[in-house]
Amino acid sequence: MNSTEQATARGRLLSLLVQLAFLAILLLLWTLATTVWGVSRILLPNPLDVWHQFVAVVSSGAFVPDLEVTLGELAAAFAISTTLGVSLGYWISRSHYLIKVFEPLLAAIYAIPIILFLPLYVLMLGLGPNSKIALGATISFFPIVLSTIAGFGHVDRRFVTAARSMGANDLQLFRYVLLPAALPVILAGLRMGFTVALLSVIASETIASFAGLGHRIVDLAENMETPRMFAYIVFVILVVALLNAVVSKLERQARWR
Amino acid sequence: MAVIGADTPYAAARAVHARAKRLGRRPGVARLGVVILLFLIWEIAARFFLDRDFISPPSIVLMSFGELFRTSGVAPALWLTLYEIAVAFVLAVIIGAGIGLAVGLNRFAHHSFMPIVLLLYGIPQITILPIFILVFGIGAPSKIAFGVSHGMFPIMIAVAAGVQKIEPVLFVSARSMGANRLQLFRHVIFPHMIPSFFTGMRLGMSGVLLGVLLAELYVSTAGIGYFTSVFTENFDATKLIGLVTMLAAIAIVLNEIVRRAELHFARWRD
Repeated sequence: MNSTEQATARGRLLSLLVQLAFLAILLLLWTLATTVWGVSRILLPNPLDVWHQFVAVVSSGAFVPDLEVTLGELAAAFAISTTLGVSLGYWISRSHYLIKVFEPLLAAIYAIPIILFLPLYVLMLGLGPNSKIALGATISFFPIVLSTIAGFGHVDRRFVTAARSMGANDLQLFRYVLLPAALPVILAGLRMGFTVALLSVIASETIASFAGLGHRIVDLAENMETPRMFAYIVFVILVVALLNAVVSKLERQARWR
Repeated sequence: MAVIGADTPYAAARAVHARAKRLGRRPGVARLGVVILLFLIWEIAARFFLDRDFISPPSIVLMSFGELFRTSGVAPALWLTLYEIAVAFVLAVIIGAGIGLAVGLNRFAHHSFMPIVLLLYGIPQITILPIFILVFGIGAPSKIAFGVSHGMFPIMIAVAAGVQKIEPVLFVSARSMGANRLQLFRHVIFPHMIPSFFTGMRLGMSGVLLGVLLAELYVSTAGIGYFTSVFTENFDATKLIGLVTMLAAIAIVLNEIVRRAELHFARWRD
């Protein structure tokens, strides 16, 4: 090991220490704020209380009904946006002309903060799961359709010509040329669509709903049960992180095939 | 007309037809056609098939824009929302660029704090919206704070990445020519951070818009969030669609401004 390598190794260790110290100081400040400085318990609960509540929520299974609602909405929203996005994207991508017509239009709508549709969906579909499914499907539709167009639309012409000249029929062309070439881009779009669908489902539960994880957090906030609210926030953040990690892993595996 | 073969009515008709076909082939024209078709479907469906309490045809929404603005409080609410977006954007740019520079210019700081920045950016912020309301109240400050917290991270990350990519040889040569810290910033760092800074500002603007609108829709006593819930509760679809359209237009204009600025200022390097 030469001296520069040693220096970078030492630097990395030091960086890790700084990161751990940062988190430790944050936790210390939090504890001091709630015990010594007397910040209102309603605004900032004691970290120990939050931990006890977290353990209680997880071990009692109190989260199950809300998690079921949220995951159900997410599944429906993602199924709708994937079906529509991939099929519409494939249809558009088959012609350069259609790509030129639709791609700028879809990209322009995607630039609007689609959360604005939520009041309209609540008016049309009510406060139940349907408005959340509609919002999640709308928001995740765009990355999926755009990446499908990008994936299928930019397959190298030479591959298509080569496959055709070797006598590939439509099905073989799709299976052995178009799909393998487009899959990585589409999978990236699906992963992004999944993430935004999950966030928008939780967001719409937070803003207007009867049930779900987002609604639970708001409910606890309104009842000033802040330790339990913090516990639920930690729980939701962990659920989101876990789901995103699973989807990223699936994406990598599918890409390997 | 000196067009060959234009002496028969058939040929003339064919020429007109061909021109129309060429026009129809232009993607821009076809795109406009698609948009008009969608609005027509919406108009017909809303006029004849759907319940007017829940959806309103675009023609009626358009005609009642005047009435919407005369509704007491709507214009001030739009101004308030615009003000929240503006303040949040300025704060997000200052904080984002400041931390981005600090983290990007120092290798050690970059290794130590960039993972923390990315970790914080990865947290789904919607879950902590109720905390923002508890801390900052239900007025404008909570919307501004939530907009800032959404907008500052992309700016931070883009600026840090931008200044990190500056070649060390530029620092060395500027130093050797006797540049002081200020001159180093003015002539080396600043011009090199411009493209990534504007990319960050574009991403930051969408973040700010999302944050402010989420907080507005969640709870509001004077901003547009108040009116979206009033119009929803009164089944006033016309005004609700009008208000949402106004907000979408504001968002499109703001996004377009930062996008054009990015296109303009990000060009010099490529």
